[in-house]
Amino acid sequence: MALEISTNLANIKVMYETTFLVSPELSDADYKKVTSKFEDIIKKGNGEVTNFEHWGLKRLAYNIGNHANAHYCYVEFTAPPRLIAKLEQEYLFDESVIRFLTVKVDKHHAAFNKKRREQGFGKKKEEN
Amino acid sequence: MAYNEEGRNDRGIGPTATNKIRTGRQAKKYCRFKRNGIKYIDYKDPDFLWKFLNDQGKVLPRRITGTSLKYQRRLSTAVKRARHLALLPFVTDKAK
Repeated sequence: MALEISTNLANIKVMYETTFLVSPELSDADYKKVTSKFEDIIKKGNGEVTNFEHWGLKRLAYNIGNHANAHYCYVEFTAPPRLIAKLEQEYLFDESVIRFLTVKVDKHHAAFNKKRREQGFGKKKEEN
Repeated sequence: MAYNEEGRNDRGIGPTATNKIRTGRQAKKYCRFKRNGIKYIDYKDPDFLWKFLNDQGKVLPRRITGTSLKYQRRLSTAVKRARHLALLPFVTDKAK
């Protein structure tokens, strides 16, 4: 019985979105390594990435540590809830990630995200 | 905060004291989320969120913006998320 419940839990998928800030000191190759690493973590944890956006180097509203700028990365994905704890743990272990935020996507939020993707808000932000 | 001739502040929301004196009647405030059918407030858009903050970066009260309670709550969570991601400042003394 207990086994049944645990297997059911693994099959449930919830929509999430996560934004993380990567240190500006990294080289382009290292930056790509970091972003692909987190993409892999989501994929390996039985998650599905629906949208991956690079907002580029942006000025922070306040300094975090010694950083005044950071690379913003934004990922929309569906995943089993267990993955989130693991993902956030990985964020904490990685020294190049200076801030992160993972949010569960509800009904209205999902509708907004869909519209946002169709209208290409993400692309607009990349150009800036 | 700068006021234009219509007696509204530079963000275009909230009737002000100057308006009251001139017309003797205040324009009715309304919740812009309800009127425009906005159901989700995006924390990733700091330019939009600035409309509901004062020059110090504090959230404006409902009595000024006219936002309904439901959306004021959602607005405050959006502002808090934006602050965490350094899209909005926690404190600042500059006028935007």
